[in-house]
Amino acid sequence: MSDVTTTPPAPVQPEPLHRQLGVTDGELDAIRAKLGRDPNHVELAVFSVMWSEHCSYKSSKPLLKTLPTRGHGMMAGVGDNAGVLRIGDGLAVAFKIESHNHPSAVEPYQGAATGVGGILRDIFTMGARPIAVLDALRFGDPTDPRTRHLVDGIVRGVGGYGNCVGVPTVGGELVFDPSYQGNPLVNVMAIGLLEERMLILAEAPGPGNYVVLFGSTTGRDGIGGASVLASATFQDQDPSKRPAVQVGDPFAEKLLIEASLELIERRLVLGIQDLGAGGISCATSESADKAGTGILLDLDAIPRREPGMAAWEVMISESQERMLATCLPENFPAVREVCERWGIPIALVGRVTTDGDIAIIEGGIGPDGLPNPEAKEIARIPARALTSEAIVHYRLATPPARRRQAPAPGVPLTAHDGLPERGMNPASVLAALLGSPNLSSRRWVYEQYDACVQSNTVEWPGHGAAVLRVKGTKKALVATTDGNQTVSALDPYLGAQLSVAEATRNVSITGARPLGLTNCLNYGNPERPEAFWQLQEAVRGMGDACRTLDIPVTGGNVSLYNEYPGGAIAPTPEIGIVGLLDDVSLLVRPPFTTAGDSVILVGESTPGLAGSAYAELAGLASEDSPPSLDLDREAALQTFIREAIGRGLVASAQDVSGGGLAVAIAECAMWSGLGAHLRLGISGSPAIELFGESPSRLVLSCRPRHAPAIELLARQFGLPAVTLGTVGGDRLRIELTGQGATGAAEERGSRVADAVDVSLADLRHAWDHGLARAL
Amino acid sequence: MRIGVVTFPGSNSDVDALNALAVAGVEPVSLWHESPDLHGVAGVILPGGFAYGDYLRAGVIARFSPVMRGVSEFAAKGGYVLGICNGFQVLAESRLVPGALLRNRSLRFASKIVTIKPQRLDSPFTNKATGAPLHMPIAHGEGCYYADDATLDELERNGQVLWRYVGEDGAAALDQDDPANPNGSLRGIAGVCNAAGNVAGLMPHPERMSESILGSDDGMQLIRSFVESARVWETAR
Repeated sequence: MSDVTTTPPAPVQPEPLHRQLGVTDGELDAIRAKLGRDPNHVELAVFSVMWSEHCSYKSSKPLLKTLPTRGHGMMAGVGDNAGVLRIGDGLAVAFKIESHNHPSAVEPYQGAATGVGGILRDIFTMGARPIAVLDALRFGDPTDPRTRHLVDGIVRGVGGYGNCVGVPTVGGELVFDPSYQGNPLVNVMAIGLLEERMLILAEAPGPGNYVVLFGSTTGRDGIGGASVLASATFQDQDPSKRPAVQVGDPFAEKLLIEASLELIERRLVLGIQDLGAGGISCATSESADKAGTGILLDLDAIPRREPGMAAWEVMISESQERMLATCLPENFPAVREVCERWGIPIALVGRVTTDGDIAIIEGGIGPDGLPNPEAKEIARIPARALTSEAIVHYRLATPPARRRQAPAPGVPLTAHDGLPERGMNPASVLAALLGSPNLSSRRWVYEQYDACVQSNTVEWPGHGAAVLRVKGTKKALVATTDGNQTVSALDPYLGAQLSVAEATRNVSITGARPLGLTNCLNYGNPERPEAFWQLQEAVRGMGDACRTLDIPVTGGNVSLYNEYPGGAIAPTPEIGIVGLLDDVSLLVRPPFTTAGDSVILVGESTPGLAGSAYAELAGLASEDSPPSLDLDREAALQTFIREAIGRGLVASAQDVSGGGLAVAIAECAMWSGLGAHLRLGISGSPAIELFGESPSRLVLSCRPRHAPAIELLARQFGLPAVTLGTVGGDRLRIELTGQGATGAAEERGSRVADAVDVSLADLRHAWDHGLARAL
Repeated sequence: MRIGVVTFPGSNSDVDALNALAVAGVEPVSLWHESPDLHGVAGVILPGGFAYGDYLRAGVIARFSPVMRGVSEFAAKGGYVLGICNGFQVLAESRLVPGALLRNRSLRFASKIVTIKPQRLDSPFTNKATGAPLHMPIAHGEGCYYADDATLDELERNGQVLWRYVGEDGAAALDQDDPANPNGSLRGIAGVCNAAGNVAGLMPHPERMSESILGSDDGMQLIRSFVESARVWETAR
């Protein structure tokens, strides 16, 4: 308001409480209907976190129901803290991915650290010992100082937590895309290993049983983390939101892991749930609802970090490193002994009841399990109203007015590649791609993460999927995360399919069979029909891909409202896959292994450069379509490579993805120190053949005597396979032959080389220093 | 024979030490930090991790723990003690080995496979090593070995420098800024022993490179040296 105006300022209307807490007027009416009365302040606070997008999945739930969630050997899945799948030998693997985007944008170190802590708790809450972490990170422009600050803080945070807690960080992603400028993504996947008999669920069974809280004390940190931070669009990098970011204590988490696993192993607890988003409100209501019970909770019994906390603050605090468990009364002394031995505060905070309500009192519970006579009930909410019967919103989905889709499978290659026209030398393009921020070595990042604690790491970070041996068996677990945001921005259905295809392919090329899929869906404001359409299309694409590739969705996480004043993020379906290799001695890796081996390309390229790293480099982003995906062919390719590896025919295998075939081959060569001399037949466009990212392709090497068997096997799967040449030397030489190459050379006026011919040292130099140069 | 591995509440590489000892064919015994009783083991490993969280400084609190009383007495009797990573930090804080471990010169946690070379092959901690450079991982934020010049000179004179970081050619990375020196350790020192020669600490993790499936079993040369020395000591008693 300017100084000259004479109009008196309008009286300030205080925002009603429910709106301050992020509850809409319509939702308030729904709360009244559930309770049959007006909620009080405490109840409203509890509803506000439990009905937040983050806790309730109120926008995404109707979509997620369409996903295939059943699979062979599944012991726990969607609706549990983590998916659990049998791997034989009486063992099972637990895994899940989760986002911590907004907290990391506000306070990068703590946001990322507590992201690791939260997902680890989801794993050991199932009775599994966490054995690995993978972190998928996405940032804006690498040259922006703000980005550098975020990258540094988030990488330190992931490492600071994982290193201390003793879980190796074995893989992940680092992606730069301008759309993440104001809203970085921190998606963390954790994997755990358990004996089948250790499996335990997050439930509170048996009325009369004790409800105990152990771990850190409860403070004011993280108040409203779920509702304020995770479930609203970002206005800015707002420091006032900082109190909503939790503070992590990895040492406390380490103690919590050991104590929890001991309690579970000794069967001292009947159900166990971690306190994450929504704090004790979420842990009590979910545990009660799952068991069909209620919980009487004595607020006075909850150990506090600071005095003067209001009841509602205690109920929704997101203080980290806390667990809620149910035990038989006679086992409580033993439970207490375990916690005290690990130096963990523990309190008896409630009883399991029959009435299905979360009843919150102050004043203590008597020996009879009932509130003391002088106790006061301050809130009562049916548990299921907070969880299984929480509000659902059926959002509007509208495709954008103009969008591009991939051409139907089978459309012939086109020649509009832009490579010769722009006078680029393919070798320079290759070096530029290898040195680009998104394809260069991630060594600077992963060298800050302990990658080998626990002595299971077979494949260190940097060369594709992570491989962890399973002690006491011949088996290994293979894990990866992949998300394709560039194609998703053009076609969210295809982008999600491609993400699933690439993640599963990265597992299959080691010889492992993908067991299950966890997903982290990072999208914009669901109240915006275009953003919700992107989410809807992604779920449809993911579901279709999973059905064709026969992989169950075992759980995941939805992160919405990833927007900021500058715009929304590119829709990002982050896919985590865990696979099983029955015999780790059969493991195949991407680098070439032996000079003289044959190099074979399996699969064929399809047109379309949009969304590729080459298109970004060449500035072609708006001129083309993304390549199409034939899921049946993808399934055939993955079955083929597993079969070929199982028969011992394959020396190395690498999938063709970011940067295309040339980058894939260059990686096999650089990482092994072995060059190659290859001839690539070009039928259409050199740019598409060399740098196109059409899926369902891989490059493998094998002893020359195995090449015919591999080509025959590929034909049996209906896959084209062509021998490109031979491994050896210290240069990578790819001659381009055939019509496309000569045609293009004529157009170029024949001055541009029609071959890639470059020393490994030069490629290695570009690849090694790309990230440091970008940052 | 039984070899003890101390578990502080924040130890996390104790599982690696227990695993490596099992691979070496001895019976590993877990020793809890709250008791000075070492249960009659023939040797003690202080493993990697973050003993008590290490928020203040690595190993600084562990020094006062009951188990370290037991370890100090054990060492005073001539028993063999090997501190790895955090265990080395604890030994240094406890003054059982000379020097201190400062923050890495990069000021970042460093996790990678490095190359080290035993500086003598007649010590109890290296006598089963071939003398060739050994590949093993480091994973630490405070691994920059420091001591004053006089102490360093004395360590060299007494043969207390047991391991140095080396390049692929085997040349010692004496300079703090040598790319093969991963944390800026003075004179490229990766591990030392006490004057009596029965207590040693090193930053790299031999116990995590104990099986070829993990990339290499180079670490077993050092684990076996330690185990066999402990066996000889126990038999002699």
